[in-house]
Amino acid sequence: MKTYNNKAWWLVLPVFVLVAFSAIIPMMTVVNYSVQDIFDPSTRYFVGTEWYREILADPRLHDSLVRQFIYSFCVLAIEVPLGIVVALSMPRRGLGVPFSLILLSLPLLVPWNVVGTIWQIIGREDIGLYGWTLNSLGLDYNYASNPRDAWITVLVMDVWHWTSLVALLCYSGLRSIPDVYYQAARIDRASHWAVFRFIQLPKLKNVLLIAVMLRFMDSFMIYTEPFVLTGGGPGTATTFLSQTLTQMALGQFDLGRAAAFSLIYFLIILLVTWVFYTAMTHNDDKG
Amino acid sequence: MGWMAWTLPTALFFAGIAALLVVMTVWQTVSPGRERKGFLPISTSRGDRLFIGLLAAAYGHLLVLALTDWPLWIATAICVAGMTIIMKWG
Repeated sequence: MKTYNNKAWWLVLPVFVLVAFSAIIPMMTVVNYSVQDIFDPSTRYFVGTEWYREILADPRLHDSLVRQFIYSFCVLAIEVPLGIVVALSMPRRGLGVPFSLILLSLPLLVPWNVVGTIWQIIGREDIGLYGWTLNSLGLDYNYASNPRDAWITVLVMDVWHWTSLVALLCYSGLRSIPDVYYQAARIDRASHWAVFRFIQLPKLKNVLLIAVMLRFMDSFMIYTEPFVLTGGGPGTATTFLSQTLTQMALGQFDLGRAAAFSLIYFLIILLVTWVFYTAMTHNDDKG
Repeated sequence: MGWMAWTLPTALFFAGIAALLVVMTVWQTVSPGRERKGFLPISTSRGDRLFIGLLAAAYGHLLVLALTDWPLWIATAICVAGMTIIMKWG
């Protein structure tokens, strides 16, 4: 096919400049840092790939990585199906629509550190609704001392904060399905499950792709909420990758190692996101 | 530019990436390519294959660093060979 005009590419230039300053130039700096031992801006020594070898053999990184993958997997496994169920249960017309939309938007408006503080209080066994209720039911719940309880609380907190995002995205996807599909399904006497499986789910694919990628990336770089709630503890039970990285970069001021760590972290996110994207858009190519 | 802490190897690395992007752009302009199916499980354009090759090269280098004591040029040589295979038959 002959290309007549490529001038529209100039419209991409402002975005490219913006991304260069917000992402590409900082990323290049991180690459530069990762091959040097930096004491201060004027005192730095080239060390080659030494930091990478050290980081790749560091058990702290391995443990954080395993925790991080389990956490992101749990987040996706809970929030995506729950978000779809919530979206399917939302009203399609009437006063209930704005009411439910506002209600669902509320958790998304709460800043991360405030979410951590809210759940720090809710989870307390003496004055917190969640902690007090569980203990009253006879469960020995204490998120500050029990790793299992800390994990559950961090997960419940994330589900409380972010399921709305998945639900809102799915709701917008559901609203964009033309009514003729449902009319055809009624004529065929399709069951609720068949309508979901063969009409709604395929039509939701694109918004689900965005929801899964957003929730994966966000949960994979989670920092503030568990940091405020548990401080990464008890022990290192809820210390995820970003907290390990922050301890290394700011706590120990080990910039070279932290830069190498950041790049490995970035490569993992890049690969997983690309795999998700390719797997979910692959059928489009075939269709 | 001092704050970016440049070194000669990293400058050469980024110059190489930039040169690759320029070459790919010129190649596409002079002789537009289409998506095709090779040994990779998905249809890919030239740009897709370059991305896959670069990502595979990054992981290849990390694997060599993590599992062996080999000098890095061996990893680079393997990755260049891999990139050539992916670009030609991927």
